[in-house]
Amino acid sequence: MIKKAEGFYEYFQRKDGSKTKATHYCAGCGHGIIHKLIAEALADFNLQDDTIFVSPVGCGAFCYYYFDCGNVAAPHGRASAVATGLSRALPGKVVISYQGDGDLGAIGFNNAFQAANRGEKFVCFFVNNAIYGMTGGQMAPTTLPGQKTVTSPMGRDVATDGFPLKVCEVFNQLEAPVFIERVSVADTKRIMKAKKAIRKAIKIQQEGRGYAFVEILSPCPTNMKIGAVEAAQFTINAMEATFPLGNFRDRSAEPPLVANKIPQKELSELIVGSSTAEADTSNFTAKEFKFCGFGGQGILSLGLVLANAGNSAGKNVSWFPSYGPEQRGGTASCSVVLANQEIGSPSVDKPDVLVAMNQPSLEKFAPTVKKGGVIIYDEQIPVEFDLPKDVSVYAFPAAKIATSKGVPKAANTALLGSLLALDLIGLPEEVVLAALADSFAKKPALVAKNMEIVETAKAWMKDNILS
Amino acid sequence: MRKFIKGNEAVIVGALYAGCETYFGYPITPASEIAHSAALLFPQRGKVFLQAECETGAINMIYGSASSGKMSMTASSGPGMSLMCEGISYLAGAQLPAVIVNVQRAGPGLGNIGPEQGDYNQAVKGGGHGNYKAIVLAPSSVQEMCDLTIKAFELAYKYRNPAIVLTDAVLGQVMESLDIPDKELTPPTVSDWAVQASKETRNNLICSIYLQNDLQEKHNWLLDAKYASMDVDTASKNYLTDDAEIILTGYGSSARIARSAVDALRAEGIKAGLFRPITLFPFPEKELQKVSKGKKILVVELSNGQYRDDVILHLDRKNYVPVELVNRMGGMLVTTEAVVTAAKKLMEADND
Repeated sequence: MIKKAEGFYEYFQRKDGSKTKATHYCAGCGHGIIHKLIAEALADFNLQDDTIFVSPVGCGAFCYYYFDCGNVAAPHGRASAVATGLSRALPGKVVISYQGDGDLGAIGFNNAFQAANRGEKFVCFFVNNAIYGMTGGQMAPTTLPGQKTVTSPMGRDVATDGFPLKVCEVFNQLEAPVFIERVSVADTKRIMKAKKAIRKAIKIQQEGRGYAFVEILSPCPTNMKIGAVEAAQFTINAMEATFPLGNFRDRSAEPPLVANKIPQKELSELIVGSSTAEADTSNFTAKEFKFCGFGGQGILSLGLVLANAGNSAGKNVSWFPSYGPEQRGGTASCSVVLANQEIGSPSVDKPDVLVAMNQPSLEKFAPTVKKGGVIIYDEQIPVEFDLPKDVSVYAFPAAKIATSKGVPKAANTALLGSLLALDLIGLPEEVVLAALADSFAKKPALVAKNMEIVETAKAWMKDNILS
Repeated sequence: MRKFIKGNEAVIVGALYAGCETYFGYPITPASEIAHSAALLFPQRGKVFLQAECETGAINMIYGSASSGKMSMTASSGPGMSLMCEGISYLAGAQLPAVIVNVQRAGPGLGNIGPEQGDYNQAVKGGGHGNYKAIVLAPSSVQEMCDLTIKAFELAYKYRNPAIVLTDAVLGQVMESLDIPDKELTPPTVSDWAVQASKETRNNLICSIYLQNDLQEKHNWLLDAKYASMDVDTASKNYLTDDAEIILTGYGSSARIARSAVDALRAEGIKAGLFRPITLFPFPEKELQKVSKGKKILVVELSNGQYRDDVILHLDRKNYVPVELVNRMGGMLVTTEAVVTAAKKLMEADND
C-alpha cells in the first residue's frame, strides 16, 4: 500500500463502501506510484477544486476511487475525446486524461492523436506497461518483440504483429503539443524524474499553455507472471531499449497559441427573418409545381424564387430538391408547394404546373401533371413522345429569349416570366419580382438584365399565346 | 418573424434558442448542413463548435461536455449514427442529458443519401448495448425541426437522459417557412450532479459502472422507473380523426405524405384521418388506442415495418383492429397515390 498523499480521498469509499485505505492495484504495479505523484501535484498546486480527472477503461478504470477532485469515467479508448469535451466546455479548468497502452495505443489511438494534434488543453498521462492488465495479460501495441502474452503465446512476431508503438515519437511529429516526455516509475531515481515531468505537465494546464503528454513506463508483475523486482528490471532493461526515456519537447516557455477573436452578435442579428408577413388565411387554392431540367440550368433556383415569394406573401411554402433515380444522369428537379393551409407531402407527385427544361424530364414528368394542369417547356426540346391531352401545353422560347438578351444562362428567368404572364403563380407580381431581385443579392448587376428578360418573356406570351 | 430555411438549418436555430452551448460533430450527408450552421453561428455567440475526428470522437466529446452540465449536441446519419450508439448507451447509463439529431438516410451499410426511416428501431429500441431508452422526438416540418430540438433539450434535462431528434433526408433538405422563436432560453443549473471543476461539484462523479451485480440491477430498475415516468410527456397530433373510418399513421416525412393522402381520400368521400406520433419514445399509446378504436389502420413508413410493429405493440390487445402497411425503402418515397390505393383496398377488405 502506498503512503497516502494529499490529493486522494481520505478513505476510498467508492471502492467498496468501507473506510478502506487500500487501492485495487496489485503489489509491484506502477499505477499506485503514478497516482501518488499526480495527487500530490494537484494538492501542492491547490488544484483539486479546479480539476477533472478522466478515468479510462483498463486498470485505471477506478481512478475515481482515489482522486479527490471532479471525476468522469470514460468509455474504452475515449478518455481523450471525453477530456476534449470537458476542456472545451470548461475553458480555464484543469483536465487530466489517464490512459493505458490498450486504451490509448490501440482502440483510442486516433482520438488521442487528434486531440494532441489540435493542441487540446489537457494533460494526457499514458501508462505503458507493455501488456493489457485489466483484461488479463493480452498483447498491447507496446508489447516488445518476442514478448509472450496470452494472445502472443509464441512471443510477439514483428512480421505478423508489427512493432511496438512508440507513442511519444509519433506525437513528436505533431506541431501543437507543448510538452512531450517519457519517464519511468521502475526505481527511485526514475520516480523522481517522473515526478518532475508530471508536475510540469499539470503546471502547463494550470497556466493554460496547451497540450501535454507524459508517457510513463510502469511494471506489471501480475500479467507478466514475474516478481515485482523482476518486473521493475524488465521495465528498465527491456522496455527502455525500445522506449528510451527523456524529454521530447518542452515549449512551455513559449507564448501559447491564441485563437482568433470572433466578433460576438445578438441572436436576433444572427437569425434574421426574411418576412414579417402575417400568415395568409385568405381563400387560396394550394398550388403544386415541379421544375425540372439539367443540373446547372437554374431549375432549383427558379423554384426557390417562387418559394421565397410565397414566404414573403405569408403563404405556407415548401421547396424540396429531388431525390431518387431522376437525380442521376445530370437531371435535377424540385417540388414547390404554395398553400394557405398546412402542407402535406413536400414531394409533388402530381403537379398543377410542370416547367421542363430538358427532354428526359419532360418525358418523365409530363404524364404526372394533373388533369387541367399546365406544362411549359423550352421549345428547343425535341418532343418525340405524346404529351397528355387533358392539360395545357406551351412550347416556350426560354433559351432563345435569354440568349437574345445576352444571358443564355437566364432561361430560367424567362420561364418565370411565362408563369407570370399566364398568372399561374397566384401571388402578386411585385412580390415575385422582389424575390427574383433578392436571388441576385450577391450579384446586383444582374438584377436589371433579369427583369428585362421577365418583361420580354411576358411580352412574347402576350403576343403569341394570349392574343 | 418568418424565415424561409432548410430543415437542417432550423435545427440550429432551435439549438441556439434552447441555449445549447456546445456542438461536436462529424460531417455526413444528408445531415451536414446542421454542422455547417453550427460552425457559422455558435462561435459568434461564444459557444463551442468543434469538428471531431470521427463520430465516435464526437459522441464522446458530447459525453465529456454533457458531464460538465453544458447543453451539448451533435447530429449525424446512417453509418455515423451506428458509430455513436455505444456513446449513447454510456450517456443513458451515466444519466447525461444531450441531444443527438439523426437525419436518416437509406441503409443498411453505406446505403445512399436518400430519405429512409430505417433507423426507427435503432433510435426507439436502443441501438447501443444494455437496458436503456433514449427520448425520441419526430419532427414532420421545418418548424418542428426547430421546435422539437428545443423540446429535446427540455426533456433531456428534465430526465437527465439523451434525446434523439429522429428526422430524415426529406425534412433535412426541404425548405419551408419558419416562425423564429421569441425568446432565448437559459440553460438550467445542474451543479447537483455535474462535474464542473468547482468547489461545489468536486465530489460529483459521472460514470456508468456498477461492479456489483445487485447494484447494477438497482441502477437498471431506477432507469426503468425513469423511463416509465416519461409517459406524461407523450405527444401526438390528430388530423380529421373524429369521424374517420380509417386511420392513417406515420411519423416525420411519412406523416406529411399520409396527410396528403387523407385530403385526397376525403376528396373522394372516404372518411380518413391521420394519427401522427410526435414522441416515439415515450410512445403515445393511449392516444393511439383512443383514436383507432374500432377502426382500420394503415401505416405509412419509409422502412420495413419497424414503425408498424410498434403500432401493433401499442394497440389495445382486447380490441383487435386490422393494421396494414404501405412503405418504400432505399431512398424512394411513398407516393400519395400509393397510400390512397392501399387505404381503399383496406376499406374494401372484410372486417373479419
